[in-house]
Amino acid sequence: MAALTRSTRSRGVKNSLAKWLITLGGISVLFTLVLIFLYLLYVVKPIFESAKIEQKVNISLNLADNENVLASGVDELQELAYKITNTGNIDFYHLKTSVEQATNEYSVGDKALSTSLFTGDSFNQAKVVNVVNSFSATKLLHTENGQSLLVQPSFYAKYLNDTREIIPQIYYPLGHDSLIIDEQQRPLSTLAFAMDDEKIVFVGFTQDKRLIKTSFIAEDEFSVTSDGDDVDYETIFQQIDLPSKSVDEIKVTPDLNLAFVRSGSTVYVYSLNDDDDVELKATITPTLDDKGSYLTSMALLSGSSSVLLGDSSGRVSQWFEVATESGREFKQIRRFTADNDKQGKSAIAAIYTEQYRKSFYTMSANGMVNVFYTTSEAHLWQGKLTSSQPEALAIAPRANGLTIVGNDPLDASKKSLQVFSVHNEHPEVTWQALWQEVWYEGYPEPDYIWQSTSGSDDFEGKFSLVPISFGTIKAALYAMLFAVPIALTAAIYTAYFMTPGMRKKVKPTIEMMEALPTVILGFLAGLWLAPLMEEYLPAIFLLFIFLPLSTLMAAFAWHNLPNHWKEKLPETLAPMLLIPVMILAIYTAFSLSGVLEVAFFSGDMRQYLTNDLGIDFDQRNALVVGIAMGFAVIPTIFSMAEDAIFSVPGHLTSGSLALGATPWQTLIKVVLLTASPGIFSAIMMGLGRAVGETMIVLMATGNTPILDWSIFQGMRTLAANIAVEMPESEVGSSHYRILFLAAFVLFIFTFIFNTAAEFVRQRLREKYSSM
Amino acid sequence: MNNWFKSGSPWIWLSAGGVSISLISVLGLLWLIASRGLSYFWPSELYQFDLTDEYGAKTVVIGEIYDREKIPVSQLAHLDLALDPKQEVLERLLIKTGNRELVSLDFRWLLSHNINKTQTPKDLVVVERRTNGNFYGYIDSVVLDGKKVDQNKLPELLSRVDNFQDQIDDLQKSDIGAINYQLERLRLKTRKYELQNELTAQVKAEIDSEVAILKKDYAKLEQELMGYRSAIARDYIVMRAMDGQLVTINFEHILKVTFNNKLNVLEKTALFFSQITAFLIEDPREANTEGGVFPAIFGTVLMVLLMTVIVSPFGVIAAIYLHEYAGKNAFTKLLRIAVINLAGVPSIVYGVFGLGFFVYMVGGSLDQLFYSENLPSPTFGTPGVLWSALTLAILTLPVVIVSTEEGLSRIPSTMRHGSLALGATKAETLWRIILPIASPAIMTGIILAIARAAGEVAPLMLVGVVKMAPNLPLDANFPFLHLDRKFMHLGFHIYDVGFQSPNVEAARPLVFATALLLVTIIVALNMTAVSIRNKLRERYKMLEH
Repeated sequence: MAALTRSTRSRGVKNSLAKWLITLGGISVLFTLVLIFLYLLYVVKPIFESAKIEQKVNISLNLADNENVLASGVDELQELAYKITNTGNIDFYHLKTSVEQATNEYSVGDKALSTSLFTGDSFNQAKVVNVVNSFSATKLLHTENGQSLLVQPSFYAKYLNDTREIIPQIYYPLGHDSLIIDEQQRPLSTLAFAMDDEKIVFVGFTQDKRLIKTSFIAEDEFSVTSDGDDVDYETIFQQIDLPSKSVDEIKVTPDLNLAFVRSGSTVYVYSLNDDDDVELKATITPTLDDKGSYLTSMALLSGSSSVLLGDSSGRVSQWFEVATESGREFKQIRRFTADNDKQGKSAIAAIYTEQYRKSFYTMSANGMVNVFYTTSEAHLWQGKLTSSQPEALAIAPRANGLTIVGNDPLDASKKSLQVFSVHNEHPEVTWQALWQEVWYEGYPEPDYIWQSTSGSDDFEGKFSLVPISFGTIKAALYAMLFAVPIALTAAIYTAYFMTPGMRKKVKPTIEMMEALPTVILGFLAGLWLAPLMEEYLPAIFLLFIFLPLSTLMAAFAWHNLPNHWKEKLPETLAPMLLIPVMILAIYTAFSLSGVLEVAFFSGDMRQYLTNDLGIDFDQRNALVVGIAMGFAVIPTIFSMAEDAIFSVPGHLTSGSLALGATPWQTLIKVVLLTASPGIFSAIMMGLGRAVGETMIVLMATGNTPILDWSIFQGMRTLAANIAVEMPESEVGSSHYRILFLAAFVLFIFTFIFNTAAEFVRQRLREKYSSM
Repeated sequence: MNNWFKSGSPWIWLSAGGVSISLISVLGLLWLIASRGLSYFWPSELYQFDLTDEYGAKTVVIGEIYDREKIPVSQLAHLDLALDPKQEVLERLLIKTGNRELVSLDFRWLLSHNINKTQTPKDLVVVERRTNGNFYGYIDSVVLDGKKVDQNKLPELLSRVDNFQDQIDDLQKSDIGAINYQLERLRLKTRKYELQNELTAQVKAEIDSEVAILKKDYAKLEQELMGYRSAIARDYIVMRAMDGQLVTINFEHILKVTFNNKLNVLEKTALFFSQITAFLIEDPREANTEGGVFPAIFGTVLMVLLMTVIVSPFGVIAAIYLHEYAGKNAFTKLLRIAVINLAGVPSIVYGVFGLGFFVYMVGGSLDQLFYSENLPSPTFGTPGVLWSALTLAILTLPVVIVSTEEGLSRIPSTMRHGSLALGATKAETLWRIILPIASPAIMTGIILAIARAAGEVAPLMLVGVVKMAPNLPLDANFPFLHLDRKFMHLGFHIYDVGFQSPNVEAARPLVFATALLLVTIIVALNMTAVSIRNKLRERYKMLEH
C-alpha cells in the first residue's frame, strides 16, 4: 500500500512537472517573438538618443597674473590633456592615475611634461597673441612682434610590463626657428593656414592692412611627425585685393582650395589654387533677420565645402556651393538657432567643428554651449559647461570629449582645465533625416538618398529610408498585380468548380510552388527570365492579351461543340483543356515577337524604348521582379483563399442554386461575399510575404536605390538592402543600427499585416462555425 | 453569344485559366530546371566548324554548341553580309571553345551564315583540367617520361595519375590537416597558460617538444607529398588546338580525357551517371564554377540536422501546450498570433536578429568567458554553423507547431478520455497515447521544417554561410563537430556562383545542376511529408468510426 502511494505521489509530481515544462515551452514561443522585437529595438534605440556631456576631470591651474591660456587639447585615448599659454609654454597633464605596474607613478592632474615651445634663438620672451588651429593637430603660434612657429603636440603609446603609457611629444614640422609669413615681416592681426604633404598655405591680414597669401611648397615632403630643421621649401608671397578695409576672421579649407575672409557681415571667398593670382570667387552676404544683427563668427565644416556663419542674434547658417543655372553659387542651406535661453538672444562667440563629422559646437557670449549636426539638422545638446565664456575649447580627436579652459567651478578666482566626455555616437540620424528630403553637400537640391558607403574617407553616409522603402512597396505592388488575379481565379475555380478528384491533385501541385526555395526563383528570374524578356519584350506584353483571349476563344469553341463531343470533354476538364491552348498562345506570342519588333519598334524594342521614347531600361527590372515574386506569392494567396472559399457552408450555395441562380451568380453574390474576409486575409498574407522577400529581389533587380515607378527599372528593397550591406557594416556604427531599423520596420510591417489577417481569419472561423 | 456571356461560362473558363497558368508555371519551372540541370551532365557532341568570315579569311573553330538564337538581319546591317535580301532572320551559335591559354574568352558567337562545313570528327577530344577549364582539340602525342608512346596508353597513364592524386588528397586533407590543427591547438594552449600566468618553463618545454615532434612529422609528410607531385608531373600530352597550335598539358592538370564523338549511347549514359556521381561527391574547383558540390551538400545537411535537433522538442512542446493545456482565453489567442507572426516575419529579419543577438551578443560573451586565448580573433563571436542552426530553428518553429497541432486536433477526444478514465495522469496519457499516435504528424512537421530550412538562404548570408569553407564542420580532429566553423550551403552556392562569380556564363550550367539538386531534395521532402499526412488523415478517419 505504501509503495502504491509513493508511486501515486511520484506520478503526480511527474504530471505537474510535465505541465510546468509544457507551459514553459508554450510560453517560450511568445517569449521568442518578444525577444526579437525588444532586441531589434535595443539596437536601434541609441540612434535616436541626443548627446550627453559630462565632466570627467577638473584640473586647477596656477597661472601667473599676465598669463592666459590660448589653446588646449587632448590625445585620442583621453589620457593626457595639454594647454598652451601666451608665454609660449605647453603643459601636459595626466587625466588618469597610473596603473600599479607602471614604471612611473602619477595621479590625475600631475604634469607629464612642461616646456617652452620657443626653443629657437630668435624668440626673446615674446608674448604669443594668437594660436591658430588647423584641421590637423598642427598649430601655428604667432607672437606680438610678428614671429611665427609651427608646432604639433603629439602622443605615442609605450608598452611596459603589459601596461600602456601615453607619452607626450612636440614636433616642429618646419624647424624651431621663426617662419617668414609676411614678406615685410610685420605682425599679423588675423591669420589662418592649412597644410598637406606638399604645401602649406597661410592667409593673413597684417597690422598695416594688407591681405596676404603665402605658400610654402616642399621640395620633398612635409612631415608632421619629425623635426623639420632641415626641410627645404620654396616660399611664394602674394598680395590679395580686398574690397574692404578690415578683416575679422580668416579660414583656409584643408584641401587648400579656398580661403574665407570675413569682414564685418560680409564673407569674401578666394580661390587659392593659382600661385600667380588670387581670385575673388564669391561674396557671401547673409540676410540677417533682426535689424542690428551682424556676423560674429565663422567656421569651416569638416569636408572642406561648407562654411558656418554665426551672428549676434544667436543664429548659425550653413553655406555651400550649389550648381545653379548661372554657375556654381554659395547658397544658404539651413539655419540653426543656438540659444533658447530665457535671458534673450546671445551672440555666437565661437563655432567649433569636429574633425571628421559634420557636427559643430557653438559658444555663446553668455557661456551657453549648443551642439548641432548639420545635415540631419539635429539640435543635440544645450547647456552651460562653464560659468562664462571660456578661454579655450577644443574637441577631442575622436569627437568623444571636450577640453575647456575657463573659470574653475570650485574656485571662481582661478582658472581650470576641464575635460568632458561627450556621448554623441549617432548625430547624423534623426527621424527627419531618415524620412525627409535632406540637402547634402554638393547636391543641387534636397533629395532622398541612400548611399551608405563610398571609397573616399571624408564621405558622409546618406541614410534616407525613403528610396528603399519605396523600392519595397514597388516590388510588392508589381508582384501583387501579377499574383492576385492568377491566384484568386485559380482559388475560385479549384474551390468551387473543380471535381474533388482533380482538386486533390491540383491543390498540392500548386502548393508545391511555395516550397520552392526563393533562391531558385531568383536565380531563374535573374539569369533566365531577365535576358529572355529583354530579347522577347513584345512577346511578354502580347501574352497579357493573348492568354485571356485564347482562353475565351477556347471557351467559345467548346460552347459551340456538338453535344456528344461535350460529353466526352466535360467542362470540368477546362483547366486541362486550356493547358495546350495556352502553351500554343505562348508559343505564338514568342514567334510573333521578332516580327513585331521589326514592324513597330525598328528591329529592337529595347533600343526603341531607350532611343526613341527616352525610357531607361534595366535588364533586371520591376517586370521581372513582379513576375518572379508573383510566382512566389501565388501559392500563399491561392492556398488561403481556396481554403476560405471551400469552407463556405454548403447550404448557402445549395439555397442559392435552388432559387434558380446560375453557378456563376451564386459564386459572385453568395460565395465570394461570404468568403471575402478570408480572401482579404489571404491577400494580406501574400503582401506580407512579398514585402519581406529577399533573395528574389536581390537576384532579379539591379539593387539601385532609385525613386521611379517605371516598370522597366529596378529598385532596392529593405530586405535586399540588409542582405547586401549588413555583412560589411561595422558593428555599432550608425549604418549598422540603421540596417537594424530597416529590419525593425519590416518586422512591424509584416506584424501588422499578419495580425490583421489572423484576426480576420479567426472571426471568419467563428462565423462559419455558427452557421 | 449574349446568352453565353450571361450564363457566366466565359468567366468560369477564365478562372479555370488561372489554374492552368499556375500549373503551367509550376510544371514548366520544374521541367526547365530538370532539363537544364541534367543536360549539364550529358556528354555533348564536339564540333569542328570551317568558317569564312566577312573579309574572306578562313578559320577553324572547335567546341561544343552552347546556345542558338535567331536575330533579325537588320541588327547585322553593319557587317555588310552578302545575304539573300528576302531573309529576315539569321541563326547565331554560341560555341564553348575553352582553351583559355590561347584565347581569353571561353565562348564565341558564330553566324551560321559564315559556316562552310560542320563536322564531328571521331578523334576530337575534350580534356577536363584542374585549372584553366576545358581544352578542346586533337591529341598530337602522348609523352611518357620523355618518350612518345601510343595513344592507347592514355587510360593506363590517367589511372596511374588518379591513384597518385588520391594519395595526395589523402595526405593534404587528413594527415597534414591534422598536424596543422594540432599545432594551432598547442599555440592556443600556450596562450591560455600565458593569460592565466601559469606558463612555467616546464610547461613551455613540454609544449615545445610536442611542437617539435609535429613539425618533424610535417616535414616528412611534405617530402612524401613532393615525391607524389613529381611522380605525377612525369608525363604529358601534346594537344593540337583548332588553329593548329600545339599545347603541352601535363598530367598533373588533367582530370579526364574523353572522346565524346566516339561514345555510343550506352557509354554516354555511363558517363552521364559517373558525372552526376562526381558532381555529388567532389569538391568544387576554379572558384566554385566547376567540379562538385560535396561541401555544400554536407554543410546543408549538417546545419539542417542541427536545426532539427533544436527545433523539434520546442515545436512539439509548444504545440502540445497550445492544444492540450492552453485554455480558451486571451493569452492563448495572443500565443496563436505569436505563432502566425513567427511564420510571417521575413526571413532576413531572423538573419539580422541572429547576427546581432546570437553571434555578437551570445557568441561574443562566450568568447570572453571560454575562448579568451583566441581573442582578438573570435571563436563563437563570428557567424558559424551553430548560429545558423539556431536562427533557422526559430524560423521553422511555427512549421513544426502548426503541423503537430493539426495532428493533435485530429486525434479523437475519446482516446484521451479512455486513457484518463483508466486512471492515467494527463502526462502519462500524453506520453503513452497521444504522442505515439501523433508521431507521424510530428514527423510531417519536422520534414516540412527541414524542407523550409534547406531552401532558406537570406538569413544564412548573415549568420554563417560562406562561398568557400576551407574545412568541413565535421572532421577527424577532436572534438570532431566544430560548431564554430562556417559552412557552405547549396542555396547560397546557387546565389554565389550564379551572381558573384567572375565567369557567370560558364558557371550557369553548374548553377542549373545545383538548383536541380536542391529542388529534388526539397520536392522529395515535401512529397514525403504530404503523403505521410494523407495516410495519417485516413488512419484517423478509421479511428473515428
